[in-house]
Amino acid sequence: MSTQLDLVPVKPTTAIVGEPETRKRSKWFRLLVNDRVAAAAAVVLGLVFLTGIIGPMVVGNLATHIDLDNSNQAPFTLAHGWANILGTDPLGRSMLARLIVACRTTLSVAVPAVMISAIVGSAIGMWAGYYRGWRETVAMRVADVIMSFPSLLLAVVVLYVFSPSAANIVLVLAITRIPVYLRTARAESAELQSRLFVDAARTFGASAQAIIWRHVVPVVLPTLLTVATLDFCYVMLAESSLSFLGIGIQPPDVSWGLMVSQGRTYLHTAWWLSFFPGLAIVITTVSATILAAWARIATDPGQRWRLTVPQKRLSRFTKTTKALA
Amino acid sequence: MSENLLEVRDMRKSFSVPNAGKKKLCALDGITLDLARGETLGLVGESGCGKSTLARTLLMLERPDSGSVRFDGIDPFSLRGKELLAFRRRVQMVFQDPYASLNARMTAGDIIAEPWRSHKGLYKGRRDRDTRVRGLLDLVGLGAKAFDKYPQEFSGGQRQRIGIARALALDPDVIICDEPVSALDLSVQAQVLNLLNDLQDQLGISYIFISHDLSVVRHVADRVAVMYLGRIIESGPTGAVFDRPNHPYTAALMSAAPKLDGEQRPERILLKGEVPSPLNPPSGCRFRTRCWKATEVCATTAPPSAVDPEASGHAAECHHPLLQKGTLASV
Amino acid sequence: MTAVAERLPDTDDPVLEVDGLTVDIRTITGTVRAVNDVSFSARRGETLALLGESGCGKSMTATALVGLLEPVADVVGGTAQLADVDLLRADRKKRREIAGTELAIVFQDALTALNPLYTVGTQLAEPFRIHHSMSATEAKAKAIELMARVGIPQPETRLNSYPHQFSGGMRQRLLIAMAVALNPSVLIADEPTTALDVTVQAQIMALLRDLRAEYKMAVVLITHDLALVAEEADRVAVMYAGNIVETGPVAEVFANPQHPYTKGLLNSVPVHARRGDQLKSIGGTPPDLHAIPDGCVYQARCPLAREICATTRPALAGGDRKAACHFPEEVPNV
Repeated sequence: MSTQLDLVPVKPTTAIVGEPETRKRSKWFRLLVNDRVAAAAAVVLGLVFLTGIIGPMVVGNLATHIDLDNSNQAPFTLAHGWANILGTDPLGRSMLARLIVACRTTLSVAVPAVMISAIVGSAIGMWAGYYRGWRETVAMRVADVIMSFPSLLLAVVVLYVFSPSAANIVLVLAITRIPVYLRTARAESAELQSRLFVDAARTFGASAQAIIWRHVVPVVLPTLLTVATLDFCYVMLAESSLSFLGIGIQPPDVSWGLMVSQGRTYLHTAWWLSFFPGLAIVITTVSATILAAWARIATDPGQRWRLTVPQKRLSRFTKTTKALA
Repeated sequence: MSENLLEVRDMRKSFSVPNAGKKKLCALDGITLDLARGETLGLVGESGCGKSTLARTLLMLERPDSGSVRFDGIDPFSLRGKELLAFRRRVQMVFQDPYASLNARMTAGDIIAEPWRSHKGLYKGRRDRDTRVRGLLDLVGLGAKAFDKYPQEFSGGQRQRIGIARALALDPDVIICDEPVSALDLSVQAQVLNLLNDLQDQLGISYIFISHDLSVVRHVADRVAVMYLGRIIESGPTGAVFDRPNHPYTAALMSAAPKLDGEQRPERILLKGEVPSPLNPPSGCRFRTRCWKATEVCATTAPPSAVDPEASGHAAECHHPLLQKGTLASV
Repeated sequence: MTAVAERLPDTDDPVLEVDGLTVDIRTITGTVRAVNDVSFSARRGETLALLGESGCGKSMTATALVGLLEPVADVVGGTAQLADVDLLRADRKKRREIAGTELAIVFQDALTALNPLYTVGTQLAEPFRIHHSMSATEAKAKAIELMARVGIPQPETRLNSYPHQFSGGMRQRLLIAMAVALNPSVLIADEPTTALDVTVQAQIMALLRDLRAEYKMAVVLITHDLALVAEEADRVAVMYAGNIVETGPVAEVFANPQHPYTKGLLNSVPVHARRGDQLKSIGGTPPDLHAIPDGCVYQARCPLAREICATTRPALAGGDRKAACHFPEEVPNV
């Protein structure tokens, strides 16, 4: 046929956008490595999750081993054994071991809560955004109602009425976080309705579910992941606050927030009881926040170029003198 | 069954606009047109004239407020369910923006095969579908290697070919091309136009070709209709409309478009002012606010149809048409 | 009224002289040469067109001259003399002095180029307040004068409107007004009418022509529209893959192209084609800037390509008419 073209696929001619899609995984890796702070945050977060998964098995029952001779020992000395390098609590249990076990508990509340609220919230949001009309209005008002309750207060009330088990905590936190995902997913879904490829799908008779699944979900997913990462921080802190107030995780289970709470009365004498769990919370949330900021830029094809420029050049706009010198 | 594939009579469509109170945005104000089999109808007009709304309504993405549409004798807006789904196969669209009309997360093969996911009966097995996709890729000149690649790996012209292949997937009778080459480079425009031409010769498809580029329309269209503020103000065979425009607006469009051949041209017509808002179209003849021939009657009465004495299919709505009794009146 | 008839050069010396401009872009997969050894000059009262398709480097040339390159792009060679300043080596202070007073630029998308939060009057008065240190009232009067000059009706009342309240054509006039406010010597227009309807385009180009004559500016018009170049420009430089492949007076270049790419572009425009004709298109695909071959940049798509084209890059040679091709005499056969 006279209009036969060469088979060589060509990258778009605008030079800025031109990365081969075929090497997907290495592209993400390179984008991450290029931003050193985000890479460090990813490593830290990875370590935290690893600790949560295998830590308690390694530590064994060190966390519950009561040794009243060793109670309230100061940290940073090996005089009482390597296990007590971060000090001990009033019952002589190793702080390090308790931190590790608490990591698992904290994560096992935060992660399911985030996942439940993300899935439920985004599903309702995408559905509402697709149809618009009364469905959208109802969904948004429900979200408004949930948002207008101070979430911590709601959690307190619910957990006081029902017993504060881990499952209840997860459920309450999940429900209070649904509006965030609902609103984000609805906004993106509504915006996508005016996109040409959605119109194209409609012209060949695609049903609503088909369009949502095929077109809306893949586009909304990166934004939701970014929101979820930030939300993870919030949920962790919320759980810590609840435990601090005494209606979260109950002893003998231990979470970071609970450890902070239990160390409150010893702040002047045994500062390490509250400090280390607090530090653990801060490190985890800061890492997650940094990673979320990186993800927001990396998943946006229009902003991605910022991650390809060495950090210090971003602050200067004309570097012609340097280049020509 | 008339010989016309598509007949539109007096179609009207308005949109309510959030901040304009009771006033409605009148996008289509009585459109009448015909499309025969195997023919290309060019639709020309500037922004705000309603050509996009017309395209969307013909694709049944919007429902007209009044007027009739007959496709092969059937009224598509009366169909429901399975019949509607089956009907959708007959009209497809090629979009203007080759970057926005393809989902960047699907491969070319997926994109072309997507229509069949809603019409499951057409190609049952995976192998059948793949063979057909490769056939379509060949037909549009892309080659089988394009099957697994993502849109970002193609140039604008190649993406537009994917769009054309997707439009062909359901074997339509009519393809509406909404500015298919405007976003493409010049060298690629020619390739895509040649492709559209070849496909029409091979498959007998009818096109409705929407464009603002007059030279392109002249090259592809058998007949052309000029739109202004929701009405077709002139229509007829391409040669007649372009060589001897009857309506002042058409003449102004011809004059405003820059020409490559630089022959001695008559003085350029510069229209006054800008296109009025569709929320508030002028009374009587819509073009009178910018027309140098406007008189009092243009403000009070809707203009009648003025037929070109030398070509019966060529008509314009004007109180003072440029062609009067066979002579080209001076502009 | 053709462009040539209105040319009123004060002197034959070019007011903007660009020599060997080269711009590299650093991508995640390596360095790409977006603009390669580009040289041209612009004279007062004359319009020079930079003609090429997307990705040829014409917009990047303009942004390099104006100093608005993105952080990933570097100017790695060349000079650009305007008045007695080298634009490529000017420090920030010098750039601010000549911005608007000597060099101005008009972009394609007026809506994004205007600040949506400030009234049009404030934005138009800004150049006067910055460079001439005028008071608010004086600057406002100047702004009204300017709006009237570019053909905006009722400027006194529209002074307090916001950009989104204007139509596309009006916004483009506002951009042009801001650009010519301080009577610059060179006006760069980067696809000024691409987003506008054809009737509005005619009005805007007429306005530019008038302003060029009145202010005796040199206009550099960047576009991909051959017909526009034929009507509005005096000289043209055709760009492909970051290089200039042909340059000369417009009428001559279009009547008698000496580079196959120019000929190919001219063939692609359906000027006299009738229904059903095949257009003679340029074969192949747009160039990949990551993989520019040695030798001629156009060889992959050129019907005249031969061995020498793969090894030696043709120099842009000639007097007033230059073309970078080994076989310019064979171009009419393309």
